[in-house]
Amino acid sequence: MVSLSEFLLSRLEGEMISWQVQQEAASRYKQTIGQIEEEILSAGFLPARYQRNRKTISAAEQLTLFRSRVTVIGCGGLGGYVLEELARLGVGQLVAVDHDVFEEHNLNRQLLATMSTLGRFKAEVAAERIASINPSVELVPIKEVFSRENSERLLAGSQVVVDCLDTIGTRLLLSSVCGELAIPLVHGAICGWFGQVATQFPGEDTLGKLYLRCTEDRGMEKIYGNPSFTPAAVASLQTAEVCKILLGRGSLLRKRVLYLNLLAMEMDELQL
Amino acid sequence: MMKVTVKLFATLRHNRFKVAEHEYSAAPTILAVAEELGIPREEMALAMVNGVLVSVEQVLQNGDTLSIFPPIGGG
Repeated sequence: MVSLSEFLLSRLEGEMISWQVQQEAASRYKQTIGQIEEEILSAGFLPARYQRNRKTISAAEQLTLFRSRVTVIGCGGLGGYVLEELARLGVGQLVAVDHDVFEEHNLNRQLLATMSTLGRFKAEVAAERIASINPSVELVPIKEVFSRENSERLLAGSQVVVDCLDTIGTRLLLSSVCGELAIPLVHGAICGWFGQVATQFPGEDTLGKLYLRCTEDRGMEKIYGNPSFTPAAVASLQTAEVCKILLGRGSLLRKRVLYLNLLAMEMDELQL
Repeated sequence: MMKVTVKLFATLRHNRFKVAEHEYSAAPTILAVAEELGIPREEMALAMVNGVLVSVEQVLQNGDTLSIFPPIGGG
C-alpha cells in the first residue's frame, strides 16, 4: 500500500483534497477524519471545504486554526452562532459549556433551538450540530454550570475563551479566571436591538469596567429580551475576534468596546 | 449658565433623545443629569465625559459631552 502522503498527493485536485478522498483516506489508513485533515494541512494542501477561505486564510493559517482549542461558555443565542462559525472556520477543538436545556422561548433566536431539540441539553445538541457540519472538528460538550471550582478544568489548554453567558456575575467570574489562567477572552452581550463586543487580554480589566456599576445580574435585556438578528450579529463579531487572536492578525477590540445599535444602525467605539 | 451635550445610547433613547444640549445654572454631577432625565441608577452602566470613562459622581464642566450607556448582559 502506498503511504498516506502519496495517496493524498495522487488524489490532489488543484491544491485541494475532496471530502470523499479525505473519508477514503481515513478508512484506508485507519485514522480519524481529523488526523487526515491535519496531514492534508501539514502538507500545505487544503481540504476542499475550505476553498472559499483560502484567499482570506492561508493553508498554514488553516492548520493553525485546526490545531487550536477554543472554549465557548454558554450555548444559547450567542454561543450557538459562535460554535457554528468556529466549526465552519475550521477551528479543530471546541469546548461547549452549558448546563441548560432548550425551551420554547429560545426558538426566536437560538440557532440550535429547533422543534426537535426542545428539552434537550444545549451542549449535546451543539456537539451533534458541529459533527454534522465538520466531522474534523472535535467538540467536547460540558453540561455543567461554569464555576470557580470547574473553571480550570474547563478552560485548560484553550487559546481563547468566548463569553456567551447571560448573567453579569458569571461573566465577571469568567473574566477573573481568564486573567488568572492567562487566556484571552472575547466578550459579547446583547439586549434588544443593541449589543456590545470587547476583547480582554490577561492583565486588562475591560469587563470589570463595563460592569463596574452593575448590582443586578441582568442588564436591560431583562425587559427588552432579544430578537433573532442581534445574537447573530454580535456572535459574528466575536468569532472574527477569535479568528484574529488565533492567527495573530488584524486589530483587536482591546481596551475598547464596540457598542452596536441595530435600530439606528450605528456602531460606537468606546475607549476603556 | 453652562452648557452640556448629553448623548444617550441604546435603550436609554426610548422616550428620550439621541443627543441634546442642556443648560445648567450650576455645574451638575452626572448623577444629577441622569436623575433629571429620569434614568434610574441601575440603568446607567457607563458614563463617559468627552470620550473618557468617569465616575458618575463627576461634576460636569461647561462644554462637556456626556455619554450614558445602559447595562447589556444578555447572551
